Amino acid sequence: MKSLLTNALKGMVCLTSFAALFAPVHAQTEAWQDILNAAQGKTVYFHAWGGEQRNNDYLKWVAKRVDTEFGIELNHVKIRDTATSVSRVLAEMQAGNRENGAIDLLWINGENFASMKTNNLLHGPWAEQLPNFQLVNAVDNPEMQRDFSVPVEGYEAPWLRAHLVFYFDSDYLTEPPRSMAALLQWARTNPSEFTYPRPPDFLGSTFLKQALIELTDNLEALQQPVDPAIFDQVTRPLWEFLDQLHPHLLRAGRAFPANGPEMRRLFADGETLLAFTFNPNDPVNRVRRGELPDSTRSFTMTAGTLANVSYVAIPFNATNKSAAKVVANFLLSPEAQLRVQDPDHLGGNSVLDFSLLPTDQRERFTALGEAHPSALPESERNNTLPEPHPDWMPALESAWMQRYGVN
Amino acid sequence: MVSTSYLKGTQSFAAGVLLLLLATPAFLGVFGVILPSLGYSPTISEQTLSTNAWQSLFQSPGIYHSLLLSVLPGLLSALLAFAIVFSFLATTTGGRTLRWVRRLTAPLLAFPHVATAFGIAFLLSPSGFLLRLISPVPSGWERPPDLLIINDPWALSMTLALIIKEIPFLLLMALSALPAIQPDRRLAVARSMGYQNSTAWLWTVAPALYPAMRLPIFAVIAYASTSVEMALILGPSLPAPLSVRTLEWFNDPDLSLRAQASAGALLQVFITAATIGLWILGERCVKRIYHYYQLSGQRHFSAFTFYWLGKIGFISSFSTLALVVIILVLQTFSGRWRFPDVFPDSLTLQHWSQQWPLLWDSLLTTVLIATITVSISFVLIVLTLERQITLQGGRASQRNHQFIRHLLYLPLLTPQVAFLFGYTVWLEKLQIPPGLVTVILAQLVFVIPYMYLSLADTYRSLDKRWAMLAASLQITPVRFFLRIKLPLLLAALLSSMAVGVAVSNGLYLPTLLAGGGRVSTITTEALAIAAGGSRNTIAVWALIQAALPMAGFFLALLLPRLFWRNRRAMKGYMT
Repeated sequence: MKSLLTNALKGMVCLTSFAALFAPVHAQTEAWQDILNAAQGKTVYFHAWGGEQRNNDYLKWVAKRVDTEFGIELNHVKIRDTATSVSRVLAEMQAGNRENGAIDLLWINGENFASMKTNNLLHGPWAEQLPNFQLVNAVDNPEMQRDFSVPVEGYEAPWLRAHLVFYFDSDYLTEPPRSMAALLQWARTNPSEFTYPRPPDFLGSTFLKQALIELTDNLEALQQPVDPAIFDQVTRPLWEFLDQLHPHLLRAGRAFPANGPEMRRLFADGETLLAFTFNPNDPVNRVRRGELPDSTRSFTMTAGTLANVSYVAIPFNATNKSAAKVVANFLLSPEAQLRVQDPDHLGGNSVLDFSLLPTDQRERFTALGEAHPSALPESERNNTLPEPHPDWMPALESAWMQRYGVN
Repeated sequence: MVSTSYLKGTQSFAAGVLLLLLATPAFLGVFGVILPSLGYSPTISEQTLSTNAWQSLFQSPGIYHSLLLSVLPGLLSALLAFAIVFSFLATTTGGRTLRWVRRLTAPLLAFPHVATAFGIAFLLSPSGFLLRLISPVPSGWERPPDLLIINDPWALSMTLALIIKEIPFLLLMALSALPAIQPDRRLAVARSMGYQNSTAWLWTVAPALYPAMRLPIFAVIAYASTSVEMALILGPSLPAPLSVRTLEWFNDPDLSLRAQASAGALLQVFITAATIGLWILGERCVKRIYHYYQLSGQRHFSAFTFYWLGKIGFISSFSTLALVVIILVLQTFSGRWRFPDVFPDSLTLQHWSQQWPLLWDSLLTTVLIATITVSISFVLIVLTLERQITLQGGRASQRNHQFIRHLLYLPLLTPQVAFLFGYTVWLEKLQIPPGLVTVILAQLVFVIPYMYLSLADTYRSLDKRWAMLAASLQITPVRFFLRIKLPLLLAALLSSMAVGVAVSNGLYLPTLLAGGGRVSTITTEALAIAAGGSRNTIAVWALIQAALPMAGFFLALLLPRLFWRNRRAMKGYMT
């Protein structure tokens, strides 16, 4: 009697989850049903950056939803730095812990992904088996197949899109510099109005890559692993540019902000007039909350802007892998992605290919694109540049340290 | 008498556990980085022993500057904080000021380092409060000037913050050691020989007090030269102090940097030891000069300098801390607050109402961990102290006390990163899943030393005749402890518990690493949120982080007063 009842309940849970996921019913293979069963009642420790209120609120909502839908207890472990979690997995591997890892799901960037994948610290492949994975239309969206040019191969599942966006204070600056050459020219006439986070901070290194892509005359080399023989030749224009730029930066380049948020605080305090972020909606969100001045405006570089996708991965020794997959699948559901796109909630960029959604769904997504004076103009959203091979990031960082690391 | 031998057994057991707790993690931790620093690491393919990591460590740009930045702030902050505290004590002993300052010390000590650093950053930065006071009139600055004040290459702003934060600590240590050396009687003798007050203090009290201050000073030096949190907020970055760079190498996604990080952590141990060695060398030099002047017969030795150093140092450091608190409070309620406005445009409750719901889970965990950690430490420390007191002969007791005192500094002097990374590996090897238990174990290592330091001297100096009297009246040791000793020492016990709560509450890396991130306390949440938060959000969390230890110290002050409202002499040294 009892088992009958639980079966009936399970059936109902499945039915509601089907409805909630909007996914075609036939895609739910038996294997996926097994995963759902195994996930029931499990706990997932999701390590994700905790520095953003909206993210934290969003994940709180996700936790509530996966609890009611799948009986999964989702704990958002708010971390400062993804690398600390990588350390954790490494320590566990060193100790021979192969099944009871502390981390079930991990928000990861391309550099950490490359490192963990090559060191066999990731579980997989699994992402392509998620029922909702087809909604990202990976075949037509190559950025879903390569993370920092490293093949994803199902070792991580996408959940957010990001690209580099600059913002400036229009009260003091009418026309922002839209290329690196213009930036240098502007900095010369307006010293101390710009700075960038100190590499190896993620955003600081991103600025180096953006500048390198724009300045180098050997773009193809950036898609390959670093060849030490040509590294100097490829990067020389970047260092020439920085050598000229640094004396005109805030504090004359003698001190740099530690990270993106600190650069944003310098902008908010009026110490600088120009800054940048990897979340294109961040300036608007902050203007609405009164953290940035109303005169804030967003733009991207004319030559295009670096873009990538945020992924979630499962460590090789995660305790509840099935439950982690169910959460990753929920993060890809139209319901969860709609809330990602909604400026009143996460205010980020969805990874779904809207053309694959039913009409009513698609309309709900497109209806969210309301205009705000601080938002990035629609016309500047699509001119994206691919990330260089992950080899370049540490190479650029250590070259930067060699050149500018000591005053 | 069965109960007595049982009691003795328990005491020895407790003392053993305490020693084990203090020594094992530090040793395991250090050994956990020695092998990796020589290139041995099961996950990275190269398994041969080599000195590559050490070579690349010494080749990393600006490494010698980084080493200097680990030595200088440590020496400078300890020296100045010590000079200010001694000058102040020399010129204020006994007065009403001292009683007032005593009351202020505990809550200021409880105010966390991280919160202080954030406050000072806002106070001193070019868009900060102090420059706003003079802008735009008379400075003429409509927008913040481009000045390198915080994050300066020689870590002066960080050293300043450290001095301000260490003064209350050294003062509390001095105040708890003073009663045992009976300063009033020493001063009376010296004064009767015509020595001016501060000179009398310097020649008679200081030499008796200094030995009790040595280890706290070493702890200050060690903290300053290994501190990560303060250095991240206020310290230089090009290059950063060794502690920060070591942590960055540990955290680098390039796993081959782990070996270099391990070498850096070991180098940090040497550097910290060398810095303390420099201090000891300095002690020798000062000792000679000191003896020369002590025997010179001068009745007024630089009284003027001491007076002003003590007064100015104290007033400026205490008022800076007070200003930090006021500014943080103001920031939690501020709407838009741009340069050069001295006060916010508008006030709002929005920052508090946003953070309030996020707070409860971690507050509960913090209180739970603090309660368990402090209780265990308390029981272990009291049993160990009881064993010391009953040890046959004063000599053995004293030796045991000195032994433990020195051992206590092992966890305080070992860089946290070094031993925690090794510690987590060992916990994993023993297949202990991360959680509350592992966090409490890691926290005990840090909580026990501070609680022991703040309690031991008062506890040991309790008049032994009480015990003899009780024994002659055939009162059992347990009954004596509960009915006589506990009440007599209530104020001291409570304040050491408050110290324990403050330490437990403030621990970031031990909680994060030993808990595998699963255990979130107020401090881990605060630092995670501060990583990307606005200044207002950071201020909210800084105040929340300060609230628990403040409440602890408040209770430690209040309870003895309530309990003994009719017994003036029983209210404890802190009141």
